[in-house]
Amino acid sequence: MASFLNSSIGKKFLMSLSGLFLISFLLVHLIVNSMILFDKSGVLFNNAAHFMGTNPIIRVVEPILAIGFILHILYAGILTLKNQWARPVGYDKQQSGNSSTWASRNMFVLGSLVLIFLVIHIANFFWKVKFSGSELLESGTVDGVENTYNLVTTFFINWWWIDIVYVIGAVVLGLHLTHAFWAAFQTLGLSDNRWRKRLEFLGWVYTIIVAGGFAIIPLWVKISSLL
Amino acid sequence: MDLTLKVWRQENRKAKGRFETYSLKNISPDSSFLEMLDVLNEQLVMQNAEPVAFDHDCREGICGMCSLFINGRAHGPDESVTTCQLHMRKFKDGDTIVIEPWRAGGFPVIKDLIVDRNAFDQILQAGGFISVNTGSARDGNGILIQKEKSDEAMDAAACIGCGACVATCKNSSAMLFLAGKVSQLALLPQGRPEAVRRAKAMVAKMDELGFGACTNTGACEVECPKNISVAHIARLNREFLLANLKP
Repeated sequence: MASFLNSSIGKKFLMSLSGLFLISFLLVHLIVNSMILFDKSGVLFNNAAHFMGTNPIIRVVEPILAIGFILHILYAGILTLKNQWARPVGYDKQQSGNSSTWASRNMFVLGSLVLIFLVIHIANFFWKVKFSGSELLESGTVDGVENTYNLVTTFFINWWWIDIVYVIGAVVLGLHLTHAFWAAFQTLGLSDNRWRKRLEFLGWVYTIIVAGGFAIIPLWVKISSLL
Repeated sequence: MDLTLKVWRQENRKAKGRFETYSLKNISPDSSFLEMLDVLNEQLVMQNAEPVAFDHDCREGICGMCSLFINGRAHGPDESVTTCQLHMRKFKDGDTIVIEPWRAGGFPVIKDLIVDRNAFDQILQAGGFISVNTGSARDGNGILIQKEKSDEAMDAAACIGCGACVATCKNSSAMLFLAGKVSQLALLPQGRPEAVRRAKAMVAKMDELGFGACTNTGACEVECPKNISVAHIARLNREFLLANLKP
């Protein structure tokens, strides 16, 4: 086991598994968030958020999710450092554009930006719901369900720069995902010449849905408040 | 054609290298890149200067000896060819061409443009073989192999070990080379008995020699003069993961 995790493929295996776990998490997260778009009273989203906050299965998965994030970030750092050391002297001139995509070469940069966004995002919402609380959560509650809808929409309506940060966050995440999806399967050995095309197509569909979905939510909330 | 060359010069392994600029006149567009370098070296010898050291052997794209990172690309601007098959018509009159050795920790520079690719031999020695008893030759069709499988194994075996994959990879990863070598044997029944040991030993050797990990950028497959597919890397990953599941 130790020698497996010390190997380059073993480390990539962990990156891939944790990445696929995060990929599936994003989809669940988007489905819950999309409730904001479908019910202006906020009851639907509040109930969904309350369910996610109290359901025992979700409670068990939450710490695993945290471990998934930590593993993915930790091993990204270790692998990136090792990969940097593998070329002590660089090229004077290198044309990379015709052989690989920009996103695939800059996964660490994109991932770091996603991490910065994640910290902002957790401070904005998750931390308040879970730990510190907020007046916005208390006002207009129904049946003791915290008014998460109020907290989220107040942020998106009152501060335009929050909307911009969230749209940029979605775009950066999307760029990360364009490469991540197929690569995760490739690392697990679950790809060949035929499946590569299918998985890359599926990856694009997934990326457009997830990145597009997360970008639309703050914009929709802001724009519909102005109408 | 008149050309300006910016060539990496380095006395030996330990010396600090530098770029030297040379001018060449009247180069035929139909000459190969190595022939152009031959002309440069003749010119240098006439001037009593040290000729530029570069690797080459067969000059017909099958030996894997020639290397060179030309204008930012392994084996230069042409597709699916080695440097020896690259022709000067791919460049324009008056061009400045930057020529660098492969850059990778696993491939130290020996002199000028020559790098030590002994690491590839060491990876092969770790498991890139099958063990057979000596004696009379086996019957050619003694073991039947599916046509698709043998074709795929042959595609993997097209690797000439030039190192363009390592040179191109942003991580200096040797995964495409290793994938070709593991694949060509893993696909055939003769390679199966030692598959577990092979995958583990060759990956361990690759890591030990300081090559990076694979980020799946796919650059290696594009720059490979033999068009070896990254699908073989998926097979290598599969072989390695399964090998580690077995006790």
